Amino acid sequence: MEKWENNRAWFLVLPVFVIVAFSAIIPLMTVVNYSIQDIFGPGNAVFVGMEWFKEMLTDKRLHDALGRQFIFSGLVLLIEIPLGILIALAMPKKGWKASASLVTLAIPLLIPWNVIGTIWIIFTRPDIGLFGVGINSLDLLDVPFDHTARPSYAWVTLMAMEVWHWTPLVALLCYAGLRAIPEAYYQAARIDGASSWAVFRYIQLPKMRGVLTIAVLLRWMDSFLIYAEPFALTGGGPGNSTTFLSIYLVKLATGQFDLGPAAAFSLIYFLIVLLFSFIFYQALLNVGKGEKSV
Amino acid sequence: MARIDMQEIAHSYVAQPEQESDYALKRIHNTWDDGGAYALLGPSGCGKTTLLNVISGLLTPSKGRVLYDGQDVTDLPPEKRNIAQVFQFPVLYDTMSVFDNLAFPLRNRRVAPDEVKRRVLEVAEILDLTPFLKKKAAGLAADAKQKISLGRGLVRSDVAAILFDEPLTVIDPQLKWDLRRKLKEIHEQLKLTMIYVTHDQVEALTFAEQVLVMYEGELVQIGTPQELFENPQHKFVGYFIGSPGMNFLPCTLDGNMARVDGVGIPLDDKMAAMGQKARGRLELGIRPMGLEVHAETVAGGVPARVYTMEDQGSFKILTVKLAGHTLRARLPEDHSVTQTDVWLRFPPHWTKLFADDRLVSE
Repeated sequence: MEKWENNRAWFLVLPVFVIVAFSAIIPLMTVVNYSIQDIFGPGNAVFVGMEWFKEMLTDKRLHDALGRQFIFSGLVLLIEIPLGILIALAMPKKGWKASASLVTLAIPLLIPWNVIGTIWIIFTRPDIGLFGVGINSLDLLDVPFDHTARPSYAWVTLMAMEVWHWTPLVALLCYAGLRAIPEAYYQAARIDGASSWAVFRYIQLPKMRGVLTIAVLLRWMDSFLIYAEPFALTGGGPGNSTTFLSIYLVKLATGQFDLGPAAAFSLIYFLIVLLFSFIFYQALLNVGKGEKSV
Repeated sequence: MARIDMQEIAHSYVAQPEQESDYALKRIHNTWDDGGAYALLGPSGCGKTTLLNVISGLLTPSKGRVLYDGQDVTDLPPEKRNIAQVFQFPVLYDTMSVFDNLAFPLRNRRVAPDEVKRRVLEVAEILDLTPFLKKKAAGLAADAKQKISLGRGLVRSDVAAILFDEPLTVIDPQLKWDLRRKLKEIHEQLKLTMIYVTHDQVEALTFAEQVLVMYEGELVQIGTPQELFENPQHKFVGYFIGSPGMNFLPCTLDGNMARVDGVGIPLDDKMAAMGQKARGRLELGIRPMGLEVHAETVAGGVPARVYTMEDQGSFKILTVKLAGHTLRARLPEDHSVTQTDVWLRFPPHWTKLFADDRLVSE
């Protein structure tokens, strides 16, 4: 084969390269730039090497925030994925009921994030909120419910908000996956005498693998980056109990103006999200692929 | 194994069927004998799959009863009917190995592990699946997958009948032959009742002892391949079976002669007598194979004009015009027609009369 001496095909790649450069690479590089310097003011910067990274990696408050973040995202996945699957399985398959349930399910997804925070704050307020007043009137709790009163109350409110907001997305994805299974699979399973658990385990779940991969990745990334909800609810409190990574980062960067450590922190944060997304993706892609012996 | 009786079966997908056309199955009444190999042949949308699903229990018919060995199973679900079904596209449990796929129906029925293993190995041997047993079912070729679907039916020792719903649709032509031969072999070996749904006449005629031709929700004819070819009971059978299909000419009767736009064609005495008594629109039908083409005038011959001639390799198809109607004749390879004017002869034993699409009868 003849080789092109002057290959102009790279002109076609150029637009994408420029877009990616401006949208991702250049902003990221400015963060890298901040993370290795101590900047006192314009034109007054000192190169500090890995100093900020070392500081951040040994920062106890960051470790605590990271721990909370893992617990939070883990709980989100553990609750939302099974719940979403259950809802999708229970949804009507056709007719006006199917349309009605799809629309109802989509409502939380259509509400702006900060409005969701406000809705739940009002809903759980101990003085006027339906939930807050309701649970306190039952007199079951030793400390009256108020999401600023105890860390556990703040967490419960936050989890409820998150599950209410995002489980519909998981359910919609699973519903789409379920509807794509040809009828013959169910017919064959009936003839083979499969129980409904076996149908779920060997037909529905494997066929939903694709949409579940997307659901897990989306919910993982999104919950790991959570900011608006805890910020609106308690601003990270009570104490530091709902100070997740992004909230701590914003405090560091805009509250204390520690741009260097904040930049180093951002990069670490980014790498964690990337690493776990990759692990989940690989795990779900390869689940049940290996050969099994008889 | 069992004999399956269909008694006055009708099925409609409409909740409140009102007219005839609401029914996917109009009136099916027949018996599938134990150990028979049947083909259910018909065009897409004629109700073949519906009928199959009624037999297997995936559908409960709107009317009528299904009997297995004289026992009413109409309301029993498929898992209680001892039936196996192979679908158009291979249905596999992707995450399981071939062994587990084959063992699945047995394990669901709580068969002892030793027995499961014995049955699976036996069936795998019959289907040539032994080398794949430990492999994941998902990675295999289409024909192996279809064999696994069949195997899930065969492993059950109690299976009464195996139903095939166009099982070779996704298989390559060469492998189709192998698989069809395998099916025949299995039928001879295990003497299972097999019902094979297809719209491919070659498949139906090579597989089955008895072919049932379906058309618009009805069984229009049941017979051996030879009967279907020589004595089609319905115009549709004549048209659907044979390549090319039967020739049909609208005609009137004049004693022992059929008249097609004034051209007289002599008929068999018996056929003509039955035709006289029949009501409705009369048509004359003849197989392209039965139509004789002569270069010179012959007794009983009618003149026609040659339109085209196609050489199909082992035979030739001659298209001729007779009084404005197009007819096809199938000629042997060595028979050549050079002139444009020919004489056609309609041998009486090949010439059939149809009244309102049905073969005239007493």
